[in-house]
Amino acid sequence: MRAFYRVLYSDVLLAWRQGSISLVVAFLFIALTLVPFGVGPELALLKRLAPGLLWVVIVLALLLSLDRLFQSDAEDGGFDQLMLSAQPLELLVLAKLIAHYISLIIPLSLVLPLAGFLVNIDIKALWPLILSVLVAGPALCALGAIGSALSVSVRRAGLLTALIVMPLYVPVLLFGANATQTALLGNGTIAFDAIAILAAMSVAAILLAPVAISAALRGLSE
Amino acid sequence: MDSETQAGLNVHQLGIRRGDSMIISNLSFEAPRETALMVSGPNGVGKTSLLRALAGLLTCETGHAMLGNDALETHMLHYVGHREGLKSQLTVMENLNFLFDLLAEPNAKLPDIDALLHYIGLFNKRHQMVSDLSAGQKRRAAFSRLFMVPRRLWLLDEPYTALDRSGRDWLSGAVRAHCKTGGIVIAASHEPLDFSSQNLVLEVLV
Amino acid sequence: MRIQKTDWLHYYANPHRFMRLAQRLFYPLWVVAILTLLYGLYLSFQAPPDYQQGETVRIMFVHVPAAWMALFGYSFIAFVSILALIFRHPLGHLAARAAAPIGACFTLVALITGALWGQPMWGTWWVWDARLTSVLVLFFIYIGYISLWRAIESPEKASRAAAILAIVGFINVPIIKFSVDWWNTLHQPASVSRFARPAIHPDILYPLLMMGVAFMVLFFALLITRMQVEILNQRARRRLGGGV
Repeated sequence: MRAFYRVLYSDVLLAWRQGSISLVVAFLFIALTLVPFGVGPELALLKRLAPGLLWVVIVLALLLSLDRLFQSDAEDGGFDQLMLSAQPLELLVLAKLIAHYISLIIPLSLVLPLAGFLVNIDIKALWPLILSVLVAGPALCALGAIGSALSVSVRRAGLLTALIVMPLYVPVLLFGANATQTALLGNGTIAFDAIAILAAMSVAAILLAPVAISAALRGLSE
Repeated sequence: MDSETQAGLNVHQLGIRRGDSMIISNLSFEAPRETALMVSGPNGVGKTSLLRALAGLLTCETGHAMLGNDALETHMLHYVGHREGLKSQLTVMENLNFLFDLLAEPNAKLPDIDALLHYIGLFNKRHQMVSDLSAGQKRRAAFSRLFMVPRRLWLLDEPYTALDRSGRDWLSGAVRAHCKTGGIVIAASHEPLDFSSQNLVLEVLV
Repeated sequence: MRIQKTDWLHYYANPHRFMRLAQRLFYPLWVVAILTLLYGLYLSFQAPPDYQQGETVRIMFVHVPAAWMALFGYSFIAFVSILALIFRHPLGHLAARAAAPIGACFTLVALITGALWGQPMWGTWWVWDARLTSVLVLFFIYIGYISLWRAIESPEKASRAAAILAIVGFINVPIIKFSVDWWNTLHQPASVSRFARPAIHPDILYPLLMMGVAFMVLFFALLITRMQVEILNQRARRRLGGGV
């Protein structure tokens, strides 16, 4: 299990040093700031759009950051070493996914209040928004990693990865945005059915993705 | 059967595909214990593929390999390839810890890291980012895994790359020491190596 | 060491078996495809116009079977990809790669005819109803799949990655259908209603099924053609490259 924790720790450390964390947060704010310039600064409109809009912008920020996920490992031969480990590759991939969660989803969740205020989000929807992002986070990381793993041998694979992952993200986005918006209708009640579905998606994704990712990495690192 | 050969590496009928042709077909060879085998041949003949296949990083079409009486498994060998397998945004020390945790057996204890750093000549650079090292220093750091975790078979791809004269002497010494303790080293190289006692030449068949 | 015997060597040394089969099927498939298509179109124009939608309802006879084939195409790709992974036969990968643009075209046809069908009714060229939205996402799935094949240089790596993507996408398709249906019922906009389904009775059903059959045969005719072309391409490349 030592390898598992070491991979987890190292990946978080690397994400910090390589600036991947600030990248995804920056994308979020860049996209979000452009919205009022597009739809107008009318606060009532922004308030109506805010829950779904924030979810869309989060998904966009993740899509844009995905190709960097496995990039450094692909370049320095890190996958070879993972495969040479005494631990099964699937376990180490799981460690990487958890590292992604810590270095991508958690920072995004932390800045969501600030992002929400920019688009005048109704305060009742803020906590459901953060909760839905945290619950859907494993699914977002796992599905995104599948896309990154499949395009790991392609140079400048950003667009390809986003294209592959986009259909995978659609269901997550649907339920995530719904979980947030339902809160508005019901005075801040948590939409438990939507959250439950997100949780189910996350569990399934975390269990199945390492298999697909390992298969892709084994085939593509040759 | 020679007992020395039995304890060594035996490869039978190895076949590796590349596209719609076999880059290596029906290759059989032996590397007894305490041997350093050099695999030579022109570029593109399949030296790297052979090493990667033995390491389990490449899928073979045919063949099997035995180390002693056991089938060759990934945890029995070290593979140091073209790319160093080091994380450039981590320090040397952090990389060593990473490699140890990744490759060591669950109960293994950490060896004397400081002594190891002195041995590979990077003690003074141990807190430097790998990205700040020279090519030769990166190579040395990559070889560190050979000494951190004991494994019988070493697969080295172009080991002399980026090493200067003293670096090459150091590596040759390390290889000889490993062989003396019963290890086996297979090195692919297009230039002569000082430490090899046997040579396996791969040729291109049209 | 990892051993994985593939039949590539066997196959490339002897694709004749498949090519012979393909040659025999080529003309019959195309003849049947064209005949059934003509018959289906004839029936479509013979069917009575819908009392609400008038003549434009005939677009449904293209739109609905095209949507069926879009879904069938991707299922086919996933199915042969699984076979290719299990039996390690490159013919499966070839079939999957050849089928993808065909499926993508059917998807595009479904999207365009969907827009054409809806426009006279509601004055907009696009509505986000459950079926059209699902088909649109399916279109992206196809494009992603085709792009992956083209992006990876080595054919073995590409086939491996594409097969994994096909399977992952195939699991995703029912999830998308379920999510989009649910989303659509939730967000039922007052002004735009869903595609009014004409009542299904034999006058409508028969042409629909006929067109479905025609499209299915057309799919396989195109598939056989594309696979033959690809194999001939590879032969030509090998001859030019000095052969094996």
